Parts: sequence; C-alpha cells; structure tokens
Amino acid sequence: MMDILIKNLPILVVLCPLMTSLLVVLIPNIIFSWGLTTLSTFLTFLFSILLYQEIQIHSYISYAIGKWIPPIGIEYIIDKVAIIPIIIISGISFIATIFAYKIMPEEIEKKSVSKVYSLWLLAVAGLIGLVTTGDAFNLFVFLEISSLASVALVAMGAQKNKQALVAAYNYLIIGAVGATLYVIGVGLLYGITGTLNMADLTNRINDLNNNKALIAGFGFMIIGIMVKAAVFPLHIWLPRAYAYAPSAVSVLLAATATKASLYILARILFSVFENSENLINNTLFFVILPLSIIAMFAGTIMAIYEKDIKRLLAHSSVAQIGYITLAFSIGTKASIAAGFIHMFNHAIIKGGLFIAITSIGFYIKKRVTINNLSGLGRAMPITFFCFVLCSLSLAGLPLTAGFISKLYLIKASISSDGIWIAILILISSALSVVYLWKMIEVLWMREAKKIVINENPKIYLSLIIITFLNIYFGLDASLVVNGSFEAAEKLIGDLK
Amino acid sequence: MHNNPILRISTKILFAPIILFGLYVQFHGDFGPGGGFQAGVIVASAFILYSLVFGIEEGKKLFPSNINLILLALGGIIYGGVGFVSMILGDEFLAYNILGSSPKSGQHIGILLVEFGVGLTVSNVMIALFNAFASYDRIKEK
Repeated sequence: MMDILIKNLPILVVLCPLMTSLLVVLIPNIIFSWGLTTLSTFLTFLFSILLYQEIQIHSYISYAIGKWIPPIGIEYIIDKVAIIPIIIISGISFIATIFAYKIMPEEIEKKSVSKVYSLWLLAVAGLIGLVTTGDAFNLFVFLEISSLASVALVAMGAQKNKQALVAAYNYLIIGAVGATLYVIGVGLLYGITGTLNMADLTNRINDLNNNKALIAGFGFMIIGIMVKAAVFPLHIWLPRAYAYAPSAVSVLLAATATKASLYILARILFSVFENSENLINNTLFFVILPLSIIAMFAGTIMAIYEKDIKRLLAHSSVAQIGYITLAFSIGTKASIAAGFIHMFNHAIIKGGLFIAITSIGFYIKKRVTINNLSGLGRAMPITFFCFVLCSLSLAGLPLTAGFISKLYLIKASISSDGIWIAILILISSALSVVYLWKMIEVLWMREAKKIVINENPKIYLSLIIITFLNIYFGLDASLVVNGSFEAAEKLIGDLK
Repeated sequence: MHNNPILRISTKILFAPIILFGLYVQFHGDFGPGGGFQAGVIVASAFILYSLVFGIEEGKKLFPSNINLILLALGGIIYGGVGFVSMILGDEFLAYNILGSSPKSGQHIGILLVEFGVGLTVSNVMIALFNAFASYDRIKEK
C-alpha cells in the first residue's frame, strides 16, 4: 500500500483537495464540512511532506497521467523547485482552514458554508496543480480552476459587504484577460514547435532563437502570468479582492494565491526559455527589474496612506511581490534563491498578519480601519503580541523570518554589483516600518476603549502556530535557505 | 407557456426521445462521435425544455435541486474514482489498461465510466445553471 502511495504522490497532492471538494459540497452540516476540509488539507500537507522526502532521494519525479508517455501525454513534474510552492500552499491552506472554523460561519449564511469550503478546496487544488503540472496547456486549465474558485470565494464576501461583488467582478475580468493572454502565448508556441510539454518545448525552441512568433508567444505568456501574480502595474485586482473577500478567504488568498503564479514566472523565465538567453536577459533587465522597483515603492506608499487595514496589507503584498520579482530579475543563483526564500517567508508573514487582523475584526464586529483599532492591543494581548511579531518579521528585524529574506536579497544584489538595488531595498523596507508602526501605535498607545474581549483559543491557535513559524525560521533558516539554493541551482544550473 | 396546448403536448411527446438520444450519444462516445459533454447537454435540454414550458417550480418538482447537487458531485466522483481504482490496482492515475482483462477491454471500461461521470456532471451543471438564472428574480422578491 505504501509503495502505491509513494508512487502516486505527485498526483495525490492535487487529487486530494480536488476530490474532497466534491464530497464537501454534499455535507450540509457546518462542523462536518469543516472537519472534512481540515482532514483533506492536512492530508495534502502530509503528502507534500512525503513528496519532499522523496525529492531528497530522487531529486526529479515525472508522473505520466493515464500512462500516456510524455511528451504526448500530460506529465506532472516534481523537482526541487516545485516542492517549495507545494509545501507553502498546502501548509498555509491547512493553517487557514483551522482558522476558518470560527470565522467562516460568522460571515457566511449557514446553507452556503459547505459550498464555500468546496470552493476553498478547489482553489487549493488549482494552485497546487499549477505547480505540479509540466504541460503548458494543463497549466492553463489549473489557472482557470484556481482563479474561478477564488473569484467565487471573493464574491461570497457580498453577504457582508456589497463591495465584494465589484472586487470579484474586477478579479474575474482581469484574471480572464490574463489567462487569455497566457493561452494565446501557448498557442503561438504550439504553432511553431508542435508541443505543449514544457521540457519538450525547451528543447524545440533551442534552434528558433530569433523567431518572431517565439518572442511574441513568450511575451503573451509572461504578461498573462504577471497578471495572475499581481506584478505591478497588473495588480489592480488584488487590493480589492483581498480586502472584501470573507476574512478566512483573504487569509488563504493573501498567503498562497500569487505564490503559484510567481513560481510559474520563474519556471517560464529560467527553465522553459533557458536557451533564449538574450530574450530572457532583456526581459529581466528592461521589464521586470524596473517594474519590481516601482512595485516596491508604489505598494509601500499606497499602504502608508491607506486607512482600511485589509487593503493596507494587500497593498503591502504588492510591494512584497515586488521584492520577489526583483530577486528573480537580478538573475544570479543567489538572487533567485533569495526570491524563493522570500516567497516562503512572505507566505507565513502575510498569513499571520491577515489572521491577526481578521481576528480583531471578528472580536469588534466591525470593519477594521485605523480608527477602530484604538487601544485594542491591551484588550487582546495574545492577538496583539502575535501581530507585532509578524509586523517585525515583515519589516525585516533580526531573529525573524523576514530578516533572513532581506539578508539574502541584499547579499545577492551586492554580489552582482547592484549596490543601488540594495539601497533601494533598504529604503523601501524602512518605509514599510511607517505603516506597520502606524497600526501598532494606534493599537497600543491610544487610549483604550472600555471593552472586554475574551480571546478564543480556537481563533488564536492558528495565529500562534504561524507566528511561531515566523520566529523559528528566523532563528534556524537552514531548511528554507538550503531548499531555495537547491531550487535556484536546478533552475539556472551552475552557469552563473 | 403552460396554457398553450401545442407546446404542452409536444413537450410531453419530445421529453423521452430527447433523453433517449442523449443516452445514444453518451454510449456511442467510445466508438464514434459523441461522448459525455454532448450527451450531458442533450439530456439537460430535456429538463430545461420541461421547465421552460411548465414553469420553474414544476421543473424543480420533476428534478429536485438537492438531487441535482448530489448527481453533480457524483459525476466528478465517478471520474476520480476510476482514476483511484487504477491507482490502487498498481498503475498510474487514469491508466485504463489495468481495468480489464486485456488492455483493449480495459480502455473500453475506463472510457465508458469516465464519460458517464462527465455526462452526469455536465447535464446537472446545465440544469443547475438554468435553475440559478431562472429563479434569480424570485429570490429577490422574497
């Protein structure tokens, strides 16, 4: 039995949430549907841990769906790169599901809760599928699964705030345009190479270096993925979607949704098109580098002026995505590793911040804006303490996970003669302290309102777990750092 | 439209043949043109026609929403289940060869079951979509 399990792990991480999402929709009871969702996300997480162990032995696993041999059939590929986003997505979705237990029935009417959980699992399955698949068209299918499920999830926020419908509509249209651009790119590449398998694609575009269709196809694919990854200025859908989605959903989306797309961006840039060096170097230097730097500042500055806390965190996500793409755009082994390190750390940081803010929203029964926060820090010490730790991690103070990512990012940019990039990163980090301090100041220093809040262990349990992760990976980052360096080495080889 | 005898009678006459045609397309799928998607839409069109002529309430009496939801999920579960069976028998996900005594019969059984799952889901999604859009105003009035 065990060998069957091990053999099928690459598909099981996708199938487990996908199939349980079909079962969950049939369970009307809120507790049971939550239980099944938790079980499913836990199993997915377990499978991805097993997969991690397998990867340490084999370093590359290819899985042919339906035994149709690739490149004809659909192939799932797990290697040292793919395992990082898989663990991020499955782990964070497990924590977010634990968190959803109390929060979800509060915001969603009873009869649709199980449907929301079904969509929730579908979104997780789509995101993991994006990472595992080695087929360019299959990737598009998962792109649609994950984004349609996320759109429906965002729209469920309409039961509390009608703005969610606008947010979901924006997300739907912009996301659909992104997916269309991607599929146009795939079509063009299929036209000139006759294959959809990514590994095969890499070999076949080898001798097509200056083909115009190749360049156009590459452009379409990259732009399409950049929309999904919310790279500035294609991030317009993101702040609203995160801000007006149901609270638990914003935790899930904020921590996982863009990670899978960022991974695909890295994969297309450094793996699929690895032989078109000129094209890639130009894209990195003239497109992704400037956009990332603008994103770092634009996101941070918008966050400073934002009053609504969920939107504030969403703007800050745009800036953080900027760091990740900036790391990719430098294009050395150390910098790509730094990108993956920050991808992991940002997931736990932003997950923690969103959990803290939505718990505050749960206790005060109001939309969380700066003015509503006055003095609440004293009323809810545990939540506040975790919130401060996650904020410090976001700002990049030593002994937190955020510090590790900033450290490697700055080291990588200095070692590739980009001192000015390192300076810009430092300035932007310093600016991020402004909005973090703004929240902490209001929470702690303002006069306390006389309200008594009994913090519920069912809510702060997940917050404590994720805060602990922030500290743990700040003290001992070897796991993440080694994994990321191995991933970067796999992506760009020993060339640079 | 239920006051119009021509529509009423012709719906009653057409209802069964539409479903029969749907089933023909469904099971013809593994030999020739056809398959789960097309058959699902054809079968759903019979129920949608019924709802159009006799009204959405009557349509829901004929085909209750909760059964609709169960069948909708069941189709996907059948699809996935076939894949799981071939995994448990020791092959890859959705590898049909192992399902029968010979690869040929295995492919036959596999594609038949998978297409059945597809047909079930597609027809029920069609009906669910129709019901969702058709009952929109009623929800609003309440």
